[in-house]
Amino acid sequence: MIEIENLTKKYKNLTALDNISLTIKSGELFAYLGPNGAGKTTTIRILTGLTKLTSGCARLNGFDIVHDELSAKRQYGLVPQSINLDRELSVYENLYIHGRLYHMSTKPLKKKIQELLNYVELSERRNTLVKKLSGGMKRRVMIACALVHSPVILFLDEPTVGLDPGMRRKVWALIKNIQQAGALIFLTTHYIEEAEFLAQRVAFIDEGKIVTVDTPENLIKQQGEWAIDRIVDGMMETVYFDSREDADNYNSCMDERFTFRKVNLEDSFLALTGKKVK
Amino acid sequence: MIRGFWAIYLREMMILRRRLLRQIPSWAVSPTLFLIAFGYAMGRDMTVDRHTYMEFLVPGLAAMSSMTQAFAISSEINIARFYWHIFEKFQAAPISSTAYVLGEVLAGMTRALLAVLVILILGFAFGVNLSYNFFFWAAILLNSFIFASLAVGLAMLVKSHSDQAMLNSFIITPMGFLGGTFFPLAMLPDWAQNLLYYLPLTHAAKAARASAFGSTPQLTSYIILLAIGAIFFIMSIKCVKMAKD
Ligand SMILES: Nc1ncnc2c1ncn2[C@@H]1O[C@H](COP(=O)(O)OP(=O)(O)O)[C@@H](O)[C@H]1O
Ligand SMILES: [Mg+2]
Repeated sequence: MIEIENLTKKYKNLTALDNISLTIKSGELFAYLGPNGAGKTTTIRILTGLTKLTSGCARLNGFDIVHDELSAKRQYGLVPQSINLDRELSVYENLYIHGRLYHMSTKPLKKKIQELLNYVELSERRNTLVKKLSGGMKRRVMIACALVHSPVILFLDEPTVGLDPGMRRKVWALIKNIQQAGALIFLTTHYIEEAEFLAQRVAFIDEGKIVTVDTPENLIKQQGEWAIDRIVDGMMETVYFDSREDADNYNSCMDERFTFRKVNLEDSFLALTGKKVK
Repeated sequence: MIRGFWAIYLREMMILRRRLLRQIPSWAVSPTLFLIAFGYAMGRDMTVDRHTYMEFLVPGLAAMSSMTQAFAISSEINIARFYWHIFEKFQAAPISSTAYVLGEVLAGMTRALLAVLVILILGFAFGVNLSYNFFFWAAILLNSFIFASLAVGLAMLVKSHSDQAMLNSFIITPMGFLGGTFFPLAMLPDWAQNLLYYLPLTHAAKAARASAFGSTPQLTSYIILLAIGAIFFIMSIKCVKMAKD
């Protein structure tokens, strides 16, 4: 469980996080959706003890991240936004060191590494140096590293940035799988489809503030179900409809170019913040 | 409180093992040049304190190397931190700052010891055979402890790689030349001697040389080295704690 109360982070005169409060239940797959610079990474960095908070507090499974730092740190695994693997070491060595950092003893650690390598489909690469891996493989090694000590909370900061669509699907499947095994997953993303496809609940974050928190279905429903995009005087205009029938009636009396599509999270983000995620 | 230091140490050793074949020649190059230029060519007929200049030089080079090689972990840590984001992995792990510093300092000391070993073997090849006893190694170890601790602390404060290079050219290199490596400090004017008395390398070189020559080194040298090392070690723990934005 993650509890965040009135969390604020200021960098000199910039307020990166503005009085954020959130509760995420154990086992939940929670997505934090917002454009670049919204404060997603800052939130994760504070919860994982990499950045100091300015005010407020947070607990991971009941352990205060400031006053009970080392216990709080045992609760989670972290897959940061930028690759943090040792390039000169092998996949196996990276995992091994990671396990030792979490005080695991050799025997269970070795077993766990083998298990995880199978899980992320990198068994054949166990002795390959990390610098020789592709981006998608590095991502999966990082996920494996984060899981070595069997944490109950997993933080994923933009886990599919820079991956091709095939690899993105693969990572998504992996994330769903980890959640089904019982972990709470806190994921940040600026990809609409990622939040829609994975999350049970989504928080919209913009300029350091949480705009809303709800299930993707509810957020979408607020706008309607169907949307028609059309260009009017060189500007894109979108009209929303609650039913397919209404939309059909509307578009039958149109002659200019238009796109007929389902409403997505981008529409509700736009409606609530006045801007697009990307 | 120091739980987890072994993981930090182990990681450095795994990296060192991969690099060892490149590392050993790099440890040997400049000492070989100094031995040839100063020991063999220029200092051939020179004696210092009833020893050949070559014999004078080897323990000094050992002390200097234990300093430079222990300090060299500073730029490694810096690169791992700013280019590869490895430091964040340690920050997120349930280990204390003390455990982190201890692991890195031990790695720096190991590196320094290996580099000193290379020099002694080189010296041996040039016909220098001194007494490398307990007191010699104690001076070398303490010296590397000091500079490895300093290295970790500065790596936390320094923000870029070019600042790191500045530290080397303004602190480490001058100290290497002035700390009693190449000439007896007694040759300098009093005021300079008094000034150099405060450099740890001066004491390390003096103690290592005295031990290698078979005489008893001064206990005060060891006490001073230990005290400086302890101060740097504690300061670098503080620096690691502060290294959060
Ligand atoms: N170390 C820092 N110093 C100053 N400003 C920072 C620092 N880290 C992040 N910021 C600022 O905080 C805001 C939020 O950044 P971040 O959390 O990285 O956004 P996101 O991950 O959502 O893209 C941005 O305006 C960013 O420029
Ligand atoms: Mg980010």
